Amino acid sequence: MNFIENFVPFSIIICLGGGIACSALNGHTARRLTVVLLSIVTLMSACVLGYTTAIGHEFVYVMGKFPAPWGNELRAGCLEGLMALFFSIIMLLSIVGGVRGQNDDIPVDKMNLYFIMINLMMSSLLALVYTNDLFTAYVFVEINTMAACALIMIRNSGHTLVAATKYMIMSLLGSGLLLIGISMLYSITGQLLMPNIREAVIALDGSGEYAVPLTAVIGLISVALAIKSALYPFHSWLPEAYGYSTASSSAILSSLVSKGYIFLLIKIFYRVIGMDVMVDHKITNILFVFGIIGMIMGSVTAIRQNDIRHLIAYSSIAQIGYIYMGIGLGSSAGMVAAIFHIMSHGATKSMLFIAQRGLVEVSRGSKDFTDLKGSGFRNRLAGFAFAVGAFSMVGVPLLSGFTSKVYFAEAAITAVRSKMWIAMITLAISTILNAIYFIRATISVYTPRNMDYRDRAYRPARNSAIALVCFIALNFFLGILSYPIAYTIQTGLEFFG
Amino acid sequence: MFGPNLFHNIYSLIAVILFSVGFTALMLHRNMIKKIIGFNIMDTAVYLFLASKGYITGRKAPIIVDNVMSTEAYINPIPAGLVLTGIVVSVSVTALMLAITIRLYERYHSLDIDEISLRSRKDSPGRSKYNKIDTDEDEGDTQ
Repeated sequence: MNFIENFVPFSIIICLGGGIACSALNGHTARRLTVVLLSIVTLMSACVLGYTTAIGHEFVYVMGKFPAPWGNELRAGCLEGLMALFFSIIMLLSIVGGVRGQNDDIPVDKMNLYFIMINLMMSSLLALVYTNDLFTAYVFVEINTMAACALIMIRNSGHTLVAATKYMIMSLLGSGLLLIGISMLYSITGQLLMPNIREAVIALDGSGEYAVPLTAVIGLISVALAIKSALYPFHSWLPEAYGYSTASSSAILSSLVSKGYIFLLIKIFYRVIGMDVMVDHKITNILFVFGIIGMIMGSVTAIRQNDIRHLIAYSSIAQIGYIYMGIGLGSSAGMVAAIFHIMSHGATKSMLFIAQRGLVEVSRGSKDFTDLKGSGFRNRLAGFAFAVGAFSMVGVPLLSGFTSKVYFAEAAITAVRSKMWIAMITLAISTILNAIYFIRATISVYTPRNMDYRDRAYRPARNSAIALVCFIALNFFLGILSYPIAYTIQTGLEFFG
Repeated sequence: MFGPNLFHNIYSLIAVILFSVGFTALMLHRNMIKKIIGFNIMDTAVYLFLASKGYITGRKAPIIVDNVMSTEAYINPIPAGLVLTGIVVSVSVTALMLAITIRLYERYHSLDIDEISLRSRKDSPGRSKYNKIDTDEDEGDTQ
């Protein structure tokens, strides 16, 4: 067994350990420790990605050396490695970029608690990516939910408290459905490890036994994870949660938390139930329809927003709709597009949240577009990053959002005829809607007004400048050199089954 | 629709009914405490479902006494393990929800989530400011 295989459980465990250590440290030391740990996790994930690409197949890490039907397993292929690497990079940049926001928004004595939650969040995300056991996935989904709730309400205000409550209520509905779905799946298959369930499901599907419970299970699990990742009709908690929490939290919530659940759903699609069974049960059509509605409704609501945070938040709903539309196409090309969009949206949205904080700082703390006018001149880097993010979301060539739209369009062309038309038309409409509000936002950031807001003493935070430069580079990288990433996703999906 | 299996699966049926009761309470009740009770009913229903699936009539709990080693003598222990894990999760979520409820009550003197939501919207006029101007919004809980 190669030494690198140990990195998979190790990266989960050092994050858990880091969380415990943070409870005994003061806030600033805890932040330093977290940044160091996240860098280590990034390196280890890169090693896992390199190793799995080099050996050309997946590997399974058996926890505690108990063999298959009894023990607990972690599994890593190149897609898991890629996702872990991506999640840890975004987490690291979001933390580094939001340092000043954390100092302003979080009470000093609670700073270390924030980093406990960051560590727990990271370990649960890694566990969701790597786990090969459905019940372990459920437990880490719950840990993820609790950590996310704490990340929202660490900023002490009425809004965040109400947002956290709404988030918890919606998430608990999702968790309940997920739990009963997994329990029913266990009761009809008698297995908890993903490959074993898959074998049992193939047998059940072939014999036609337990057809109704199987459909119910598929519905329950899909709806549960759709609720948790804020697919359109279940998004009521999202604008407040993203709109009022501290910038790092919003960045993490929008680009990692919801994406972790979507990745788990994709894993369940491929490795537990099987894509063919999923398509047979028409669940992909339902996700497709809701994704399409989300794409339009999210953008329409975003147009009406006058608050920069709420605008970015509503645009997230539209982008989640894109991802579910890709999944709903039911083809492997659609899935590649969806996973690529998970990455492209994650990289862009976290950049927008970090950049908006920089713009708000130079506009007397107001998030309203009338005050934000001209902020692009007062904080040039944040203004540039916001423009890059906005153009990427609209789909301007060379940026990551354009590439994912190309993949979506390619996938839509090869899909069934009815879905092709709907997907192509909605993509076009949604792009126009995106352009309306993002271009308007960028123009207002670059309208030379509010000159009296200029403060000679103001210096942009160095950390957030570094993070923003990395984000911009990542965006151009995903936009220009997308082929190797799409190829890795494709290969990883083939490993999936 | 109701075949002879209904009596055989009576526990599953009860579990599903309880689950729906809890789910509805969690989703539709306005009172936070009732929501939390609903959540607990929902999770407990799943534990009933799991426990009833693991039980095999006429067999005993898998604790070896009198050196009976045959698997035929015992029930399936895995659902019990899942129930235990689930209980741990639901206890911690309940604690978190209760903590949030206490803080909401201290700030808004209400348990009604709709009313709290309404009051929180009135709290700040349109545009909320960062730290310095934010102080009036932040009074009330320093725990």
